[in-house]
Amino acid sequence: MKAWVFAAITGAIFALGLAVSGMTSPGRVTAFLDVGGGWDPTLAFVMAAAILVHAPIVRLVRDRRQPLFSEKFHWPSQHAIDLRLVLGAALFGVGWGLSGYCPGPAIVGVLGGAPATLVFVGAMAVGIVVTRLATRRRPTAG
Amino acid sequence: MTFLSVLRGLGGGALIGLAASLALVGHGRIAGISGTLGRAFDRDHGASFRIPFLAGMIALGITIAVVAPSAIGAAVRDLPTLAIAGLLVGVGTTLGNGCTSGHGVCGLARFSPRSLVAVVVFMATGALTVAIAGAHA
Repeated sequence: MKAWVFAAITGAIFALGLAVSGMTSPGRVTAFLDVGGGWDPTLAFVMAAAILVHAPIVRLVRDRRQPLFSEKFHWPSQHAIDLRLVLGAALFGVGWGLSGYCPGPAIVGVLGGAPATLVFVGAMAVGIVVTRLATRRRPTAG
Repeated sequence: MTFLSVLRGLGGGALIGLAASLALVGHGRIAGISGTLGRAFDRDHGASFRIPFLAGMIALGITIAVVAPSAIGAAVRDLPTLAIAGLLVGVGTTLGNGCTSGHGVCGLARFSPRSLVAVVVFMATGALTVAIAGAHA
């Protein structure tokens, strides 16, 4: 199988999982966050099942040298728990709670969902680009 | 929440875990959607994973819209609010290097302390936001 076909199928399975679990409905997500109101714990089951499936695979490949279609594993290189991480997560949570969209479900619905999803994704793209430009490390002079 | 919605949650979650595992085993990549999107057009080796992965997600979304349109729920806010929320999600996930998938699923499955902090923080501010603004407009 070609690498790009494998990647496309992987993305489709990810999207199918979001749709099957109901997480492509923003109302289900805000209901999960509504702990003091009509709390809907479904999202917790989704995360738990995903982690239970994924964690053993992570263990299996951790000491492997090479995945199928790349020269190496691209493990995250950042480990610091700093203000930037906390501030970023905090801002993300506010936007998530306000809309019921996180990036995954928004991408699934960008062309297949309500036109409003397109507005959300457009604004998200602007936020990503602006933040990347603002935090880009400039080459040190001299 | 019903018994069926719990089953669907578990089944859908298992599919998400499977996809995260395929991304790792196939391309050695973390299936974090915000990072995959943010670096979609970066000219490095990862583009050969990111572009088809995102295309696969969007294509499945279009398929669902055709065969089971009710599976993609309606927006719960008006457009100006969604635009503000989108900006916050874009800025926040870029600063914090991850979202519900990258930190929530992949990070926690790796037992990453950094991801655990991120998840606790975004769950807390998410719940606080809903407590103030309500679960829908």
